[in-house]
Amino acid sequence: MSGQPQADERVAFALPRTMTGASLHFCPGCHHGIIHRLVGECLEKNNLGESTICVGSVGCSVFIYNYIDVDAVEAPHGRAPAVATGVKRARPDRFVFGYQGDGDLAAIGFSEIMHCANRGENVTIVFVNNTVFGMTGGQMAPTTLVGQRTTTSPGGRNMNTDGAPLNMSELIASLEGTAFSARVAVNSIKNIKQGKKALQKAYRAQSGEQGFSFIEFLSACPTNWKMDPLQANEHVGQTLVQRFPLGVFKDIVE
Amino acid sequence: MSSKPGPISLTKGNEAIAKGALAAGLHCYFAYPITPQSDIPEYLSKHLVERGGEFIQAESEIASVNMLLGAAACGKRAMTSSSSPGIALKQEGISYMAGSELPAVIVNISRGGPGLGSIDPSQGDYYQATRGGGHGDYRTLVLAPSTCQEAYDLTIRAFELAFYHRNPVVILGDAILGQMKEPLKEWEYQPNTEREAADWALSGAKDRPSRLIKSLYLADEALAGHNERLQAKHERMRQDLDWEEYATEDSEVLVVAFGSVGRIAKSSVRKLRSQGYRVGLLRPITLFPFPEERIRELAWSNRLITIENNTGQMVDDVRLAARNVADSAFFGVSPGRLPSPEDFLQPILEVWEQEEARK
Ligand SMILES: Cc1ncc(C[n+]2csc(CCOP(=O)(O)OP(=O)(O)O)c2C)c(N)n1
Ligand code: SF4
Repeated sequence: MSGQPQADERVAFALPRTMTGASLHFCPGCHHGIIHRLVGECLEKNNLGESTICVGSVGCSVFIYNYIDVDAVEAPHGRAPAVATGVKRARPDRFVFGYQGDGDLAAIGFSEIMHCANRGENVTIVFVNNTVFGMTGGQMAPTTLVGQRTTTSPGGRNMNTDGAPLNMSELIASLEGTAFSARVAVNSIKNIKQGKKALQKAYRAQSGEQGFSFIEFLSACPTNWKMDPLQANEHVGQTLVQRFPLGVFKDIVE
Repeated sequence: MSSKPGPISLTKGNEAIAKGALAAGLHCYFAYPITPQSDIPEYLSKHLVERGGEFIQAESEIASVNMLLGAAACGKRAMTSSSSPGIALKQEGISYMAGSELPAVIVNISRGGPGLGSIDPSQGDYYQATRGGGHGDYRTLVLAPSTCQEAYDLTIRAFELAFYHRNPVVILGDAILGQMKEPLKEWEYQPNTEREAADWALSGAKDRPSRLIKSLYLADEALAGHNERLQAKHERMRQDLDWEEYATEDSEVLVVAFGSVGRIAKSSVRKLRSQGYRVGLLRPITLFPFPEERIRELAWSNRLITIENNTGQMVDDVRLAARNVADSAFFGVSPGRLPSPEDFLQPILEVWEQEEARK
């Protein structure tokens, strides 16, 4: 992030003005950093930096406000969609997005996300699915794959006792209040580009007052998957996408 | 704030609160149905919306209190209301709002517990209201109206206090207050809401640095410093102490009671006065801060009895206030039973006789 280009250099990839430039605290190979960057780039691209209110959540992304340079409020664990609802109703003229992990959104916050979507709140939720509770040490999440070993499913997730993983994007797409729901990944340049396009669309849904917009990012957690960054990246593209197919599940954005 | 008289009507306590909130410039209200407070959301679903405000019936009390947090972060006058079991669910959000220093009004028209309890009157939530209620070392201001008029007036006051201290304010009533109808004199005033949150509310970082509202303090010493600032704020709340006194000029027995029970006890005290007993009443209007200095002063010249519609909660605060000076007797009507002025005569007279015997 440092300094101005030298005489023989040119800027190919500047930090968006919507980001602070603070160095990220995530583990090596974690995808949260890439997703933060996309969130910031799309805010800048749509000229939303000065009109955005960000709703943070509880998980490895709790410090999102240190990286994205917009007004922000912290929500209790799982409650970001309710807080975002309160913010949007108080300031309908502002752009409001929440950023949540899969423990936060699909476990403790399941009720809040479903009802926020169902009301068709005109907000955007960025959902980061890494199949575990990252921050608390890699416990089983509602998105953990069947058979996946975690610190609370040492023998692997068991369908009979733990149920099957939740496919949030498909569930949310089934609700009438939803204007846009998509699942993307950031494990390859191609996927990052597609992810950015989908995120743009989600933002547009809100700017055009079309209803609730939802975007799920499949995300690597090398630390809790006990993989190195490259293995974890591959695991997203080879294994996660089997259970969590990439795609747009609902799109009524004009 | 400037005020002028408004209409007079026969109004239920719950509606008085709703009307008070509208008079105070309520902008957002977040509901979830529960008896005996449902008149508040029913009233506001019509009248707040007609005034261009935002009304949401949320999916739960947890959601409604977090919507409140979001609206409060934008500096809007916002409120939620519920009754005991629902207020228990709201504690997460109340703790976060206290930690994030957000102004909001939370109304508890309390009912009998524990558990599903009953929908009868109860003062069983005194501890919960006055000790913060949720996790962490924080307090909310707590206002305890005893009449419909006071419910209206104190709701307006609650918003002023919430924004002055940047802290959640709890209005603690009960089924008696919520369901009772009395003449209400409304008054109109122009709350100065335009600038009251201008230097901290979230509105998008235009022509200023970005703002952050949070309760997380991870750095070394940061949380300790934050808690010390909150503690200093709790101390500052003492300036807003409020209570009612009745017949205390020459009293020898002092009854301490709050809310609806304070009002019922006043009838008992009036009756005993008419029979020549020198008894008086102190009714705390703010439960936090608690009028402990005044109680202590009166404890020098009075035998004390605390009367509550529970098994003994505020009596702890009365005893703490009077420590090393006097004790307080206690008479409790169990939650689920509606007390009458006659119920209190005998317990007060017993304390009177103890005082006579001592003399
Ligand atoms: C009420 C409450 N329960 C539990 C926690 C502990 N906790 C913190 S983060 C977290 C889960 C985070 O996992 P996820 O949402 O998947 O995000 P990640 O860290 O993986 O990005 C939990 C359970 C909490 N902070 N609050
Ligand atoms: S624990 Fe996992 S999700 Fe959290 S920062 Fe590390 S890699 Fe990312």
